[in-house]
Amino acid sequence: MKEAKKSKRKYDGDTQSLMTHRQLVLAKFKRHKLAMVALVLLILMYLLCIFSDFFAPYGPSERFTEYSAMPPQSLHIYDSNTGRLIGPFVYGVKSVRDPETFQKIYEEDREVILKIRLFERGEPYKLLGFIETDVHLFGVEEGTVCLMGTDSMGRDLFSRILNGGRLSLSIGLVGVFLSMLFGLLLGGIAGFYGGRIDSCIMRVVDLFMSLPTIPLWMGLAAAVPRDWSTTQTYFAITIILSFFGWTNIARVVRGKFLSLREEDYVLAARLCGATDFYVIRSHLIPSFISYIIVSLTLSIPGMIIGETTLSFLGLGLQAPAVSWGVLLRDAQNFRSIATMPWLLLPSIFVILTVLSFNFIGDGLRDAADPYSG
Amino acid sequence: MLRYIGKRLLALIPLLIIISVLSFLIIELPPGDYVTRYIADLEMKGMKVTEEDTLRLRAMYDLDKPVPVRYVNWITKIVTRGDFGRSFQYNRPVSELIWERLGLTLIISLITMVFTYVVAITIGIYSAVRPNTLFDYVFTLIGFIGVAVPGFLIAMIAMWLSYSKLGVSITGLFSAQYADAPWSLAKLENMLERVWVPVLVIGLSGTASIIRIMRSGVLDEVKKQYVVTARAKGVKEVRLLMKYPVRVAINPIISTIGWVLPSVISGESVVAIVLNLPTTGPLLLNALLNQDMYLAASFILLLSTLTVIGTVFSDILLAVLDPRIRYQGITK
Repeated sequence: MKEAKKSKRKYDGDTQSLMTHRQLVLAKFKRHKLAMVALVLLILMYLLCIFSDFFAPYGPSERFTEYSAMPPQSLHIYDSNTGRLIGPFVYGVKSVRDPETFQKIYEEDREVILKIRLFERGEPYKLLGFIETDVHLFGVEEGTVCLMGTDSMGRDLFSRILNGGRLSLSIGLVGVFLSMLFGLLLGGIAGFYGGRIDSCIMRVVDLFMSLPTIPLWMGLAAAVPRDWSTTQTYFAITIILSFFGWTNIARVVRGKFLSLREEDYVLAARLCGATDFYVIRSHLIPSFISYIIVSLTLSIPGMIIGETTLSFLGLGLQAPAVSWGVLLRDAQNFRSIATMPWLLLPSIFVILTVLSFNFIGDGLRDAADPYSG
Repeated sequence: MLRYIGKRLLALIPLLIIISVLSFLIIELPPGDYVTRYIADLEMKGMKVTEEDTLRLRAMYDLDKPVPVRYVNWITKIVTRGDFGRSFQYNRPVSELIWERLGLTLIISLITMVFTYVVAITIGIYSAVRPNTLFDYVFTLIGFIGVAVPGFLIAMIAMWLSYSKLGVSITGLFSAQYADAPWSLAKLENMLERVWVPVLVIGLSGTASIIRIMRSGVLDEVKKQYVVTARAKGVKEVRLLMKYPVRVAINPIISTIGWVLPSVISGESVVAIVLNLPTTGPLLLNALLNQDMYLAASFILLLSTLTVIGTVFSDILLAVLDPRIRYQGITK
């Protein structure tokens, strides 16, 4: 790296040929604007979710019983009565009975101004599991600040979305890691040895690719015992998801192995007495690592959608656990969508995450492809 | 050609056997079974269940035998008599429950596929001919959303939009008066009026990805020399486009037809649950949640069989269209 930088200064006209492969890829990726925006967004999303206890004003199971099923409170800066600048605040909420249906409806109380204060003390929690504190990024002294409304139990949806992101976002990474292990192993064996082993493994891949995944996911997920703890269920679901996710990676790896093992340098290494493992590790894997990274990035969204789908159907993570799919489950029936449309808000987080991963994957693919402009 | 078809069909047999074992095993995985739960239910209500009753119930549903025996019994009855076992929940033969739902799933999936290909290929070509226009941008955007957003979310958002903006509910496949009515022309008409919502929702992701492939394929081709030459010789634009660039660009799409059916059927089952369609999805979910094993296993078996046959069928179709695949299949 250092050397490349030095020589860059010397030969200004012809820097490209002196950059390492990694630098080339990085430089190309940075030119992909959409991918860069997506990357920033995704990093932000992960930070928000990892430190959700701090960023969220309330704990995920903190209840405001008198404010159940409350629509989002909107953020204001100017007082609408006087036009005075106050800084970010929300109006207080009062509940009234609908004179016709006798249902509880909420109205903004324009008299009560709840100023949003930074670093407000609230429910105590352990940051990252070991730093005990009760400071939240923002909050109000009295009343509530529920920027995305509350669910039917009176829990703040925004706080729950951030908290649920931990499971939803991590399941994608863990799942992809597992499928990568399966895929690398099986695809590698198939491609490296070829022949009968290859056609055997490829038959299995064909079988998996021609099966409808969701009904099978559903079947497998239904087999996870209900009395398992959240952690156990979490890993069970991850394994189920990667059980069908490895085929793509196996195909990519096998294809690359098949074409690369005929190369002269592989033959040369063999003649020098290199072991299979050595050839794979230091000659084969480095030459197609970029393809693997691309296809891994592009398969993370599938995992996230898979978890969301299963939890949404009630077959994945179960209620005391919070994930985006579990949250969306509240919006499953028609009546709740009609009366509490804000329960659909977690879907926006799912969509943003999935789109970001797709854009980053596209950007990486263009960057890693030596033939693209 | 016949040899190729024969080979593909022969390869189907072990595949189907594996699928049947797999479906049965998946359903066998959960601890406990329906009878245990049923008896627990009865005892909760204060009824006394003797050891004898338990044994009789278990024998009735074949649950007293080991798993392999049960599997062999189950599959033999299916193959020889079309008997899929009994549904615990509904206390009716499974075969009475599934065929209509499976038929509707198949119809919706096929309509979705036809819709997907017709719309996506047309839009893809048009976007490629007029790149960087408003039309192109709009469909690129829709394409990104379609690829990224799972069908059930689109279904939920569509449900909310249609309710809050238009005040109509788009759930269900039939109006109330036709839901339980026997099949008639009027019912069919009623279905065709309503079927486009699920078709649009399920088809969006497939459409989006095909538009992208088609667009980039045609875009690559139309820049090539031979197109310029043909144009210089005065070949009409439409004819020029259809005869060469489109034919080249359509190849990658045709070669992945086999993978589209599994994903459509897969997507259909979730969208059906959200939109409450009378297809396999909701019944399968229900069966799984209640450990109604024969019903669930039959659904998984039939859905998988359907897609595998569909895949083989599309492979054969592909071989008819493209001689390269035919010969590759034989030399292999």
